[in-house]
Amino acid sequence: MQTVSDIVLILVLLSDLYLIGLTRLGASIKVVAFQGVLLALLPIFSPNMTFSIHLLIIALGSLSIKAILIPAFLFRAIREVNIRMEIDSYIPYSASLLAGMGIVLVSFWVTSKFNLPVIVASTLWTPTALTAVMIGLLILISRKKAITQVLGYLVLENGIYILGLSLVAQMPFLVEMGVLLDVFVGVFIMGIIINHIKDIFDDLNVENLTILKD
Amino acid sequence: MIAGVILVPIIFGIAVFIIPWQKVRRWLLVIAAGLHLAMVIILFLRPPRPMLGGWLALDVLGLLFLAIVSLLFFVSSVYGFSYLSQSALEQEKSRRDPERLFIACLLVFLATMSLVTVAHHLGLLWVAIEATTLASAPLIFFHRTVPSLEATWKYLLICSVGIALALFGTFFLAAASAVGEGGAPLTLDQLLRMGSRLDVRLLRIAFIFLLVGYGTKMGLAPMHTWLPDAHSEAPSVVSSLLSGVLLNCAFLGILRSYQICAAAGQATFAQSILLIFGILSMLLAAVFILNQPDYKRMLAYSSVEHMGILALGVGLGPTAFFYTLFHALNHSLTKGMLFMSAGNILAVYKTKTSSAISGLVKHLPMTGALWILGFLAITGTPLFGLFVSEFNILGAAVGQERYVVAALFLFLLTAIFIGMGARILPMVQGSPKEEGGKSKECFWMWAAPMALLAMTFILGLHIPAWLHRLLTVSASDLGGMQ
Repeated sequence: MQTVSDIVLILVLLSDLYLIGLTRLGASIKVVAFQGVLLALLPIFSPNMTFSIHLLIIALGSLSIKAILIPAFLFRAIREVNIRMEIDSYIPYSASLLAGMGIVLVSFWVTSKFNLPVIVASTLWTPTALTAVMIGLLILISRKKAITQVLGYLVLENGIYILGLSLVAQMPFLVEMGVLLDVFVGVFIMGIIINHIKDIFDDLNVENLTILKD
Repeated sequence: MIAGVILVPIIFGIAVFIIPWQKVRRWLLVIAAGLHLAMVIILFLRPPRPMLGGWLALDVLGLLFLAIVSLLFFVSSVYGFSYLSQSALEQEKSRRDPERLFIACLLVFLATMSLVTVAHHLGLLWVAIEATTLASAPLIFFHRTVPSLEATWKYLLICSVGIALALFGTFFLAAASAVGEGGAPLTLDQLLRMGSRLDVRLLRIAFIFLLVGYGTKMGLAPMHTWLPDAHSEAPSVVSSLLSGVLLNCAFLGILRSYQICAAAGQATFAQSILLIFGILSMLLAAVFILNQPDYKRMLAYSSVEHMGILALGVGLGPTAFFYTLFHALNHSLTKGMLFMSAGNILAVYKTKTSSAISGLVKHLPMTGALWILGFLAITGTPLFGLFVSEFNILGAAVGQERYVVAALFLFLLTAIFIGMGARILPMVQGSPKEEGGKSKECFWMWAAPMALLAMTFILGLHIPAWLHRLLTVSASDLGGMQ
């Protein structure tokens, strides 16, 4: 089981890096959906979690929300925009990729330095979680399209979810479902706002949204 | 009864969403708010038992914040009733009616804020605070203008990311409590009971993340960037709720984290961080208020300032707690009424630029009076509640011989007084730029803010015994003393 969960974690890590380098919106959404699948597998294959109905529901919940509902919703949002789909970035791609590499290194270094009490017995959990959080933030601040910012938020949220799994063996069921529901409703409302941005500007660039300032 | 303050607004919210008659929907808003207030009064008279194994409980601190939420929401609903009637007149031509969603979201917003005040499980608290963001985002977008679209997007994204960091902090807190074997309970009572058995190093990391996360939502600088946009672009009835009570809910999240730190003997650590955020917020607010042409943005920055004062008050330690909580109450009352007055001004003049307005007192006598009295109240002029709290927070700083903090506090308050005065006084004085004499003012639209102003005025003169007891118990709960 240990090896399976390690493989899943490595796949999460790689998909984060892959996401930085992608230029097509549709492919990016697919990567985030793939991460949703990985995240659903994680609690099932983690070595010291006993299998239970509770765990199964959480896994199914994150599978249906993060791997199916949210990606489907985002796909619908981009399908209606008839503009070019390439992602714009404030930071050149090569630089972003280098930054991503740096983030992975920093995550492993921080984990070794702080010696966090990881309940799940694998050294990969915490660095993977930290990497996801930081790459999520990087995508959030460096991309110009509103929809990519949502993807960044999702990657960040995934990282926190992984950290949660590693630090807390079992969060109460209600809380986990609440978190999942909040994320879903959050993305849902973001999607509605994206639709309005598209209606008004015929474009998804957040650079349009710079009227308000001091 | 605890479940009632959450479920009743939700049930009414659903009803509003289904019912097709506009008049009935507006009445349901006021009725739900009134019912909520009545339930809070019953909860005050008869303290309830914890529910769901201690997940939902109402301690005195929670009751104080719940009462602020309920009171301000009730007054806002009365104001909102007239506000909606007026804006409906203007929006008759618009293609569809967003009011149904608006009122439903307002009621769900009330439910989520109530949940924040009664959540005694740190995970549930997080879920509730994130839910307030989601319920209020559609409210900001009510007018469907381009600036409000931008404000909503920033609000949603920045607050969601901020609060995601608070979830990070919550997990660290769980890890800090997972010493030895056994799962982490994460209920407030359990964590307080564990006290110094919590892992200090992890607790500190947790507190920093919780502070940054909930601080984003509370509008502490430098995470406040969404606040001036959202609070100025939202319809005024929503602005008064956002500034008046939503910021307090986030503050409660920080207070809960502080309580746990204090119980674990980490009070000084938490205080020093809060002190820095407090001063920084006041400083930043002062800078932006001094040259602020937009009066609603000015009020929004004033909220950043007052959130800074609250953080500073907690940072000064137990001697300032009583008046910090008193400050939170008075700020809610005053800022609520100021945003309502701003809404009245905006409705008549159709501009947010303060230099475009003059002769307010002659044109709109009641609103003009409210505007100037509200200005005096919010800047802490004597006779108003905020003066009493600011004076005593200053006293606490001096009492601890923190003269630099005291001097900075006083200097920034003065700067903000001058900055706001320089914008607000010219609006009120002089002669109206347009002819036409007095405009008609809707009774409830000045009576509602007037009621809030009267309350903070009375509190400035005298604190009733029951409120005094409420504040004393809350303050001692915060100090970690039982």
